[in-house]
Amino acid sequence: MNESLLRVEHLVKHFPMKAQTFWGDRQYVHAVDDVSLDVRRGETLGLVGETGCGKSTLARCIVRLENPTSGRVIFDGHDITSASEDELRSYRQQMQMVFQDPYSSLNPRRRVGSIIGDPFGIHGVASGTERKRRVQELMDLVGLNPEHYNRFPGQFSGGQRQRIGIARAIALKPRLLVCDEPVSALDVSIRAQILNLLADLQKELGLTILFISHDLSVVRHVSDRIAVMYLGKVAEIASAEALFDHARHPYTRALLSAIPIADPDLDAAREQIVLSGDPPSPIEPPPACRFHPRCPRAETMCAVEEPALIARLSDREDHPAACHFPVKDGESVAAAGKPS
Amino acid sequence: MTQLLLDVRDLTVSFHTSDGIVEAVRGVSFQVDRGKTLGIVGESGSGKSVATQTVAGLTRGARISGRAIFEGRDLLTLSAAELRAIRGPGIAMIFQNPLTSLHPFYKIGWQIVEMIRAHESGSAESARRRAIELLGHVGIPRPERRVDDYPHQFSGGMLQRAMIAMALALKPRLLIADEPTTALDVTVQAQIMRLMRRLQSEFGMAIILITHDLGVIAGVADDVVVMYAGQVMEQASRYGLFRQPSHPYTTGLLGSLPRINFPDERLTAITGQPPSLIHPPSGCPFHPRCPHVMDRCVTSVPAFMAVPGAEAHRSACWLLDPESIS
Repeated sequence: MNESLLRVEHLVKHFPMKAQTFWGDRQYVHAVDDVSLDVRRGETLGLVGETGCGKSTLARCIVRLENPTSGRVIFDGHDITSASEDELRSYRQQMQMVFQDPYSSLNPRRRVGSIIGDPFGIHGVASGTERKRRVQELMDLVGLNPEHYNRFPGQFSGGQRQRIGIARAIALKPRLLVCDEPVSALDVSIRAQILNLLADLQKELGLTILFISHDLSVVRHVSDRIAVMYLGKVAEIASAEALFDHARHPYTRALLSAIPIADPDLDAAREQIVLSGDPPSPIEPPPACRFHPRCPRAETMCAVEEPALIARLSDREDHPAACHFPVKDGESVAAAGKPS
Repeated sequence: MTQLLLDVRDLTVSFHTSDGIVEAVRGVSFQVDRGKTLGIVGESGSGKSVATQTVAGLTRGARISGRAIFEGRDLLTLSAAELRAIRGPGIAMIFQNPLTSLHPFYKIGWQIVEMIRAHESGSAESARRRAIELLGHVGIPRPERRVDDYPHQFSGGMLQRAMIAMALALKPRLLIADEPTTALDVTVQAQIMRLMRRLQSEFGMAIILITHDLGVIAGVADDVVVMYAGQVMEQASRYGLFRQPSHPYTTGLLGSLPRINFPDERLTAITGQPPSLIHPPSGCPFHPRCPHVMDRCVTSVPAFMAVPGAEAHRSACWLLDPESIS
């Protein structure tokens, strides 16, 4: 049996810019550029990266809210990249999405019961009293009071709204849940409630989750494996443990060192890598390794030859990193390469 | 030697709204020493921003009581003109979203120059030279050219640097930074926090850092105030708070954070929702969500009591009162 539920192969998504240059060339935003990864059955794959790294675009391409420019998305052995709308509908019973903003992803003029019940109607699964019964069951499952069936989204707090979004997403018992920054808009105490809920649901329903976030500490908490993206490319993929203990890519190291830790002793003890500059524009990404202009280890080669995403040093096959000068265990990021 | 710069006592702030009176800040006291960093941490609606904006005279139309003594003068009693003279050289502020704090139609340099000239006499040229120097000082590359950029030509991190440059132009004694890095990516956040620490040691200013992120506080604050529903729940030194949190709300917040070194532990979420500030709960505002709630928590507001065995560590919780144990 195939162990991966979802495979993404060489996925590319370029958005054309409105304005053309003086010579009439059209410019493109290179949102996702040749990304390959797989999500194994029953696991949570965390996808981290900063604003504009393409993580949300990748998610939207996977559930086909966007059509990829090239590359393939294979769900459970079927290529869905070119599936028709009808075919997609049946796949969407099996893959659902939870969005970041629980305010804009729920129609304010519709009652919660009918929002959560929508999937039953669209896919012709249940109607009438059966539908209401199942919606109330779902509300109970995600920790909402089933008596609030007839309320409007505006009558719920942010955390409760995210529960509504989750109830809607799991209504059809999907196999894959794509969560795009599901807790970023929530307060700390509410965030923990939602993270616990997702963990419980995963256990109960056997969900496979693609969890997208900019927050590495949240991703570490929920994920079995983690992929790090930078400017449309995957920089490194590893098990959560290996990524935190043996990160090879200097960008991963920098991200790890920038996580705010609520423990002054731990905070003082770790290596501080403060990157210079901002992430460059995805319209004209730097050549070769896209991280090289900000990388403390960059050498001439990094601007010439793109590093392949392969296992480095003596790492296992399933821990690839796209870097010519991977960081060894216990080595400081700035140490190798050029003297700083 | 430490010296008291700002002393806020019993501050209450309420607003009239169509839904009723919102009691945003209810009896808050805190102190800031010269050259030190006070972190104020709390969730949405805890009153952390309203409290500090009131101190800076930015909450018009609010009902305010209490005192806020800054260098011997009560800020809450000053006239608009007197406050205006203090804002800038005395107290400067930076906000969460730098793009909305700058006017999109004017060049960044022009906006800094205007601010300098509003407070100091001097030629436009010398103010412009100061602006360029300041932009360079906060790490804007090629400041002599970027000074004539418009805000949309700057990235988020650079805009926040420009805001910091503007705030520091008059060498304030107190900088109020309200969620200065919340809108930024983590690697840029690390840059900005490092910049603020560097500038603090150069200029010797005090900072009030307002944030919802306990992790940011842990990295920089000397002292920490934890706010909830318009009140101070706990107050301690940075190490006191993180090593020995006392208030159930603080421990709840810390338990809600995924810990890097314990990835598999279940988060101890705080149940329920933050309360409405139109009808705040009786007694301790945290009692409806508190796992240790007792009868007296519902009826009476806890006194602010010293936490045993720790210096200057106080917590508003009845658990600390020996009478509660029996």
